[in-house]
Amino acid sequence: MYVAVKGGEAAIDAAHELLAKERRGDQGVPELTIDQLREQLAIGVARVMAEGSLYDPDLAALAIKQARGDLIEAIFLLRAYRTTLPRFGYSVAVETGDMEIRRRISATFKDLPGGQKLGPTFDYTHRLLDPSLAESADSGERDEGAVGDVNKALAPTAARPAPSAPSEPSPHVTKLLGDQGLIEQNPETGRTPDVGDLTRESLDFPADRDMRLQALARGDEGFLLALGYSTQRGYGRTHPFVGEIRMGEVDLFFEPEELGFEVPLGSVTLTECEMVNQFTGSNEAPPQFTRGYGLVFGHSERKAMSMALVDRSLRAGELGEERKAPAQDEEFVLSHADNVQATGFVEHLKLPHYVDFQAELGLVRQMREEWHEARAADAAKMSQTDQSEAAE
Amino acid sequence: MTATPKYNFAYLDEQTKRMIRRALLKAVAIPGYQVPFASREMPMPYGWGTGGVQVTASVIGKDDVLKVIDQGADDTTNAVSIRKFFEKTAGVETTTETGKASIIQTRHRIPETELTEGQILVYQVPIPEPLRFLEPREVETRRMHALEDYGLMHVKLYEDISRHGHIATTYAYPVKVDDRYVMDPSPTPKFDNPKMNNSPALQLFGAGREKRIYALPPYTKVISLDFEDHPFEATKFSHPCELCGARDSYLDEVITDDKGGRMFVCSDTDYCEKRLAAGHLGNSGATEAAE
Repeated sequence: MYVAVKGGEAAIDAAHELLAKERRGDQGVPELTIDQLREQLAIGVARVMAEGSLYDPDLAALAIKQARGDLIEAIFLLRAYRTTLPRFGYSVAVETGDMEIRRRISATFKDLPGGQKLGPTFDYTHRLLDPSLAESADSGERDEGAVGDVNKALAPTAARPAPSAPSEPSPHVTKLLGDQGLIEQNPETGRTPDVGDLTRESLDFPADRDMRLQALARGDEGFLLALGYSTQRGYGRTHPFVGEIRMGEVDLFFEPEELGFEVPLGSVTLTECEMVNQFTGSNEAPPQFTRGYGLVFGHSERKAMSMALVDRSLRAGELGEERKAPAQDEEFVLSHADNVQATGFVEHLKLPHYVDFQAELGLVRQMREEWHEARAADAAKMSQTDQSEAAE
Repeated sequence: MTATPKYNFAYLDEQTKRMIRRALLKAVAIPGYQVPFASREMPMPYGWGTGGVQVTASVIGKDDVLKVIDQGADDTTNAVSIRKFFEKTAGVETTTETGKASIIQTRHRIPETELTEGQILVYQVPIPEPLRFLEPREVETRRMHALEDYGLMHVKLYEDISRHGHIATTYAYPVKVDDRYVMDPSPTPKFDNPKMNNSPALQLFGAGREKRIYALPPYTKVISLDFEDHPFEATKFSHPCELCGARDSYLDEVITDDKGGRMFVCSDTDYCEKRLAAGHLGNSGATEAAE
């Protein structure tokens, strides 16, 4: 039984024991290792790091294992761990222009300085299940006739190792447009910009763009995807073009106050999306393109693109556009983007509500009684009138 | 060994093809009208040409010669991917030559070379509803089409003129088909709109995610919306293609350095190559030849 009057504690312990057993599954199948998860489920690991707001592939892989593949549960685990970590400072702003690029595409220009680089991508693969993957690839020959070979043939860039030559300078597409004044300028911020910290301050409305971007960066991929999609279908259209998506490694620096110079901390994998959006201009400003921005830990183009679409939509007020679509409503978007919050509140409905429900039950019973009494009184009055009318 | 799944000719099963062909026939019978169809999951993502691929898969036969272009070019990644998909699943002959193809699947362009009778041009369509950005609700837009109530669209175009002095739509420029339905030409540049009018080829439009098919039978009247005092004007370029010198083709801008250097080249790669082979040279081609 779900709950008895007493004995809840024993039931919970037993449920957790059962969960641990179910998590392990069939003992005859080898147990997953953290290394396997980190290396072979890298996209899932990236999502957990991004929405968990903690860059640690090993911990993210551990969380996925513990959560039985439930990514939102894994994100929750990582967030819960993150909040216990001491904060010793803020890194210097990363320079994505200097990224060691693994993938970079532009949908606005066929060719551009630094070139396009397909890198590892699902794009242009045919979504045909590859039966050869069902067998251990290390143990035998691949089945050359299998449908999956279409993908192999179609992904020439992904199949080859990246060239070791240093990548040529790849300035952002938006910089190229900006040099001609065709796109709005970003405000100058310098290397140590003064930005808020969503994890240390509460989110107030109206929020500034720094806080909005932080909320979107840790926001649920599915929610942002749906909102971004809605803008494409006419609910707050923004005329987006993918100016550029780049993915690769960026060096991270920290400047301890007592030292006064920057110390390298290591590097992180980032996916960055710069959307170029149409804007017709106004009396004060000539027509130019506007920006939507997405930046995510790990390799996650869907999230970076969705974030950029929603970022641009949330700028509606600032750009003098009428706010009428859900994606333009700052409070609606930012209050509901966090999946740890969302899953918590939705799933809390499973918690006992006996007391509240009992109160409601009492009230409904009372109201029903009153309703019946009122009807009975009405009926009595009616029949009295009928009788007196008939008597006339 | 795991059994290798077997796929039917051109991937789709025959029932699905029949369903799509019925939708196509209805679409041809009512030019410009959006026919709902039961779009299938395809092995490429929605938004990447699933509608076009389903239409092509339903009309293609063993003797067809297929050409696939994306943004005018045969060598862009998605065009290569779709071409290989049909090479693999239908085993048909493919070509990059517009004149040799019996079916041309396209994303966002109409070839510069004039199409001929018997050819089929299959468009990939993201948003089939021309009124979508004026009215997001399908119930409303279908009612507007049924009543031929296109006032909203004319008001939008008029507002453009009053604000900018001209109609500020450069692609997906709405057209009126056979004096009845307003149709989205898919996001082709408006440069291509005149090519749709009275074309000898059959033009089919497939929108997979939105589950709509529409069509233009050969020699259908297709008029770009405009006003008497603000007639439609196709985009014109102030310079020729730098490779082949063409003055009548749609040009792509290519950034050559980060100092503002840029060049303009034909978006239709087949057209450009044909011209080069015939000895036409543009500025950069002429320089190279002189070196």
